[in-house]
Amino acid sequence: MSETILNEPQTLEINFGPQHPSTHGVFRMRAVLDGETIRGLKLVIGYLHRNHEQIAENLTYPGVFAYTDRLDYLNSMQNNFGYALAAEKLAGITVPERAEYIRVIMAELARIVNHLLLVGFLLNDLGAFFTPCLYAVRERERILDIFEDVSGSRMMCNYFRFGGVKNDLTENQLGEIRKVVSRLPAFLDEFEALLSKNEILCMRCQNVGGLPKDLAVNAGITGPMLRASGINYDIRKTDRYSIYDRFDFKVPLGQKGDVYDRYYVRILEMRESVKIVEQAIAGIPRGEFLNAKTLPLLRNPRLFKPAAGEAYGRIESPKGELGYYLVSDGTPQPWRYHVRAPSLINLTVLEEMCVGQKIADAIVILGSIDIVLGETDR
Amino acid sequence: MTRPQIAKEKNPVFGTGILQGMWVTMKNFIDSYFKKADQGGIFTIQYPEELCRISENSRNFPFLVYDAAPDSPRCTACGICERECPTKCIHVEMAKDTAGKPLRKPAVFEIDYGLCMNCGMCEDVCPFDSIFMDRVYEIAGRDRTKDMLIGKDALLKPNAYFQKIRPKDAADIDARRKAAEAKKAAAARPATPPDAGGTAS
Repeated sequence: MSETILNEPQTLEINFGPQHPSTHGVFRMRAVLDGETIRGLKLVIGYLHRNHEQIAENLTYPGVFAYTDRLDYLNSMQNNFGYALAAEKLAGITVPERAEYIRVIMAELARIVNHLLLVGFLLNDLGAFFTPCLYAVRERERILDIFEDVSGSRMMCNYFRFGGVKNDLTENQLGEIRKVVSRLPAFLDEFEALLSKNEILCMRCQNVGGLPKDLAVNAGITGPMLRASGINYDIRKTDRYSIYDRFDFKVPLGQKGDVYDRYYVRILEMRESVKIVEQAIAGIPRGEFLNAKTLPLLRNPRLFKPAAGEAYGRIESPKGELGYYLVSDGTPQPWRYHVRAPSLINLTVLEEMCVGQKIADAIVILGSIDIVLGETDR
Repeated sequence: MTRPQIAKEKNPVFGTGILQGMWVTMKNFIDSYFKKADQGGIFTIQYPEELCRISENSRNFPFLVYDAAPDSPRCTACGICERECPTKCIHVEMAKDTAGKPLRKPAVFEIDYGLCMNCGMCEDVCPFDSIFMDRVYEIAGRDRTKDMLIGKDALLKPNAYFQKIRPKDAADIDARRKAAEAKKAAAARPATPPDAGGTAS
């Protein structure tokens, strides 16, 4: 990497990372500066590459679950969800009603966790050092306690199984979830009073790092970043996977696609997620939490041999479209396994958003994309 | 579809947003002293003196259960966990007697805690209810190869310990094992005719 990006006098090429604290992991970028203005920016990714897809192709189908936790390690529930959908489609497994409700509750709680952390660390990048982040982490902590209570682990949940979930939700746990969720709207009001109208935040974020609609669509951006640019595309609404067609929720949209819109879309999405969780808790039926037919397959993973074929399961993860592509050749191991990671694809427009902005804004723009390097590099 | 619009209205006076934010931080600062942990107070704990409550489902590293004595564990060294472990952190060797006949119990059972990723797959696949996930956490070591490679003696824990950490699961499994044993015992002596009336009354 010795050649320069722009061979012009007056420009200075500087290197961020891979140990730069603002880059949310081992992410490196090379920026060409003219004064303080960014003229060019190149991403260098792959420092956390750990052969996820190849490892999965050497494992049984149920064994891959534990590895999907490690993709986007901030919301492992959503990662499990996508993989479970893909494999269930491949093998034609049905999911009991109660399990679907539990899945939706967990997935939406994971979305809240992810957005809380994102907003907290975005404010860290902006210089509001750890006060908003601490408030966000305080609420996240209660949700992680629920995750530990339900699945056994705070972050690496490994909770979903083919045809259901690992453990049932008890009445106590449902009450606990109801309690935590009922606190969230008041907390979000307070959080917004702290942040949304703050003049410093507005000046740093509004009209910074704008992403035009057509570029967002052409680059394949998904998730809150696409919706902040004003495009109404939410896989929960378009695909209606699992039981998302039963819940009443809105899809928040931004107008300009700047950093402020991306921040605010996430705040609004958290409010919608709270609504979904409340509806799901109110409507959760009794019944089995795991398809009884798949239990022997989980006890003996080598028996899980889907017929030859392929399947693509996708979900609206908090970061965008998280897709799993599985090809089976009839053996207990996937013949091909691919992850469509939203972090990686959303990152590709970083240069377009940063060029012409100031160097301090590049950090904020990167923070607003919401990347997790575990998923970007796999 | 109605969409929540993004509020972009300006503050009436420049600076009120900052003042409002400072009021929130002030409120949180005061609340942290006078409110309980679940209502906005301080929720950190002083770790070595106080310990967190650990939920019953909590899992981190596997251990082996024995019923009567550590010499006769439930584990039959079948090697299913070794085969299914995603990180291949388990190593099992079956014990053999002097004649070389396999004894259906482990001679070597090692788990590399440094490699284990706490997924719980071994617990899921074990057909003998032998391996379960523990919740020990003060296990830091100085040497990756020696201190993190846990051998059979350290892994074997009595059933009473399992009943203590996971009462509900342990009760279920004990009941299931008892039923299976009773069935086996009944199947072992099918020749005994049912008593015609000797022990009745």
